[in-house]
Amino acid sequence: MNQSNTSAVDYNMSVVRQFTVMTVIWGFVGTLVGVLIAAQLIWPALNFDTPWLTYSRLRPLHTNAVIFAFGTSALFATSYYVVQRTCKTALFSPGLASFTFWGWQAIIVAAAITLPLGYTTSKEYAELEWPIDIAIAVVWVSYAIVFFGTIIKRTSSHIYVANWFFGGFIITVAVLHIGNSMAIPVSMMKSYSLYSGAIDAMMQWWYGHNAVGFLLTAGFLGMMYYFVPKQAERPVYSYRLSIVHFWALVSLYIWAGPHHLHYTALPDWAQSLGMVMSVVLFLPSWGGMINGIMTLSGAWHKLRSDPILRFLIVSLSFYGMSTFEGPMMAIKSVNALSHYTDWTIGHVHSGALGWVAMVSIGAMYHLIPILFNQERMYSIRLINIHFWMHTAGIILYIVAMWISGVMQGLMWRAVNADGTLTYSFVESLTASYPFYFMRFLGGVLVVAGFVIMAYNMFKTIGAQDGSLKKVEAA
Amino acid sequence: MSSFWSIWIAVLTLGTLVGCYLLLRLCLKNFAGVEEGESMGHTFDGIEELNNPLPKWWSTFFLLTIVWGFLYLAMYPGVFGSNWNGLLGWKSSNQNVVTLEDSKSQAQANLQEGSGTLVEYDREVARANETYGKIFAKYATYSIEDIAAAKDAEIDFNTRDYDALTAVQKALVDRSEALRVGQRLFIQNCSQCHGSDARGTTGFPNLTDDDWLYGHSPADIKYTLIEGRKAQGMIAWGTMVGGDEGVKDVAAYVLSLSGREAKEGNAEAGKAKFAMCQACHGANGEGSAAMGIDLGAPRLNDNVWLYGGSERAVQASIKNGRAGVMPAWKDILGEEKIHVISAYVHSLSEK
Repeated sequence: MNQSNTSAVDYNMSVVRQFTVMTVIWGFVGTLVGVLIAAQLIWPALNFDTPWLTYSRLRPLHTNAVIFAFGTSALFATSYYVVQRTCKTALFSPGLASFTFWGWQAIIVAAAITLPLGYTTSKEYAELEWPIDIAIAVVWVSYAIVFFGTIIKRTSSHIYVANWFFGGFIITVAVLHIGNSMAIPVSMMKSYSLYSGAIDAMMQWWYGHNAVGFLLTAGFLGMMYYFVPKQAERPVYSYRLSIVHFWALVSLYIWAGPHHLHYTALPDWAQSLGMVMSVVLFLPSWGGMINGIMTLSGAWHKLRSDPILRFLIVSLSFYGMSTFEGPMMAIKSVNALSHYTDWTIGHVHSGALGWVAMVSIGAMYHLIPILFNQERMYSIRLINIHFWMHTAGIILYIVAMWISGVMQGLMWRAVNADGTLTYSFVESLTASYPFYFMRFLGGVLVVAGFVIMAYNMFKTIGAQDGSLKKVEAA
Repeated sequence: MSSFWSIWIAVLTLGTLVGCYLLLRLCLKNFAGVEEGESMGHTFDGIEELNNPLPKWWSTFFLLTIVWGFLYLAMYPGVFGSNWNGLLGWKSSNQNVVTLEDSKSQAQANLQEGSGTLVEYDREVARANETYGKIFAKYATYSIEDIAAAKDAEIDFNTRDYDALTAVQKALVDRSEALRVGQRLFIQNCSQCHGSDARGTTGFPNLTDDDWLYGHSPADIKYTLIEGRKAQGMIAWGTMVGGDEGVKDVAAYVLSLSGREAKEGNAEAGKAKFAMCQACHGANGEGSAAMGIDLGAPRLNDNVWLYGGSERAVQASIKNGRAGVMPAWKDILGEEKIHVISAYVHSLSEK
């Protein structure tokens, strides 16, 4: 956490500070809603017979909150920070940067109001209605202007690899969002998709999977490429590996959407292409993991004393695991077992809680003291406790979903000698209850971890400037 | 699909895969201008980058997946869109069929020209018919009553060696198996509306009681499943019975048929208006089935209420009408499966 950079550049840190604080708050809110709906799956009475507390309305609230409030705030914070530091220049247009903060927070609040009220386009991860979609497009284009404006006025000769990933994610998310959200409004809060039938489904999953591929993967790889070498104080392992895996990743990911639509009305040729590209994507995805983990060469001992580095490295392990699991699940015959089961939910959460959340949490613990003029967080011990709670929570969650997912898949396909199904749907549901409870416990641990993180953050912010001194590792 | 789009897809897909291969080859060479393992020489906020080679196992594995991608796309549909099905000629289903008739005639045509086995859906249906068809054909030789009667049958002999059983024993085993299969098919296909225990819910009849809208003989039940049923004539009667007051009056009379007293409306006035209802529900509300006609008009002088028996619910039925529909299952399940489901349903109300 040493601030070796003593150049006179007057970085714009206020917008980074704002996004950083909101990342932690939205992380808590988003996972809390997740735990509530996980509990509703075990105890349905927890919707209190209130329409806006029903699972169907809170589930999109949970996904929007964790992806777009928590995850995207983390991306805003880190991309604004990284692009300034690695380009050695202040943000282009501070006014527009400030607009992206307030605009994005307003969009999140609008989502938190309209989704429980039942306004939805019913497109997964793109539920928000058209006026909010337009606002997202405006804020996102502003974000692109600020980011690329900063790149253009950089004073360093090259563009650092983290910025390739941030830039790729910003452009692609704009294209995806605008493409998929095309709709014909019929009233202020109701619209119909411009696309119909299988084409609508294909557009939706082209968007849906690339929200994962670009927002939740490329964006966070950008974060990883700065904070891992910075926290480890080691050089990036391989420049050439970063070139090949960046270009292969962005050109292959965009094809992967059809694997969400195996065995549906989507034509065979599109399903095949989606599957082939998903499988070929496996190694380019791992390129990022290798580059991150190998960056630790010669600094492995730091894992013993530095819980922030532990967050970052374990996040890469989960990244590697879920980017292996994903291509496997994209294979049609595996998908025939896994699709529509809890296995998919488990896969998403090993990516979201393991990779996305852990790399963000690590980056936030690195950033908070720097942004608030301290040498370290208020309590290193609490970071460590958070690390273990979060890790244990994820493991409970994923293991529960693996077991219930594979069990559901096997129960749904089991047939008797006469060709009838062995189990009715409700029997598979009953069999899943113990695992729903286990998942709920995992979720509680994750939320509790965020509470600890928020406490640690506010204590750090509240401490007198410079009063938290760096402690040398024993 | 026009050949333009076909070529478009081919250029993009093959271009992506070839591009990945060329990129990999490029990065396998040391083009960076510094020794392998050395720093690239530029720093970003203190971060250096090393010029390490790609891990051998990684680049080999990557190359293998690209090769596999080409092979897969040679074998299966993909690279030229819908214009080429790949060397294997495999299809998941007959693409572009819209109706069940289309699907069946297409499958038939495929068989005749010899490509039937390449369509996975056709192949699976054929295999299922071959494997399971004979089981259901055997069950179809027993009457619905016989199968239903197996409900109370006690099997007090060892059934493991079916072939060694006597003809009577075999029949008993077959019938009780058929009944269990009927129950399973019911749970998979019918329970969504009628409930796992077949007791129904609002709007969906209870199949375990003695109240039947369309008769409960085996033939009636089977006909209901094969062709479906559509309730006739219960249109919105609100205006015709004289608006909200009239609705209340008729509801009061209807409730009086089963000995209940309504809170609202005048049962006497309702009785006069009930003349309009008699054509279907009968003079005393005995229902259309009791009169031997298939209108699906429920009996009103008992305590079974398809759409709810509260005064409010009865008023709503009269005012807004009701339109119960049972879909036709003949194309979905086929007659032989319906046969065993009918037997199961028949067994539910048999005491």
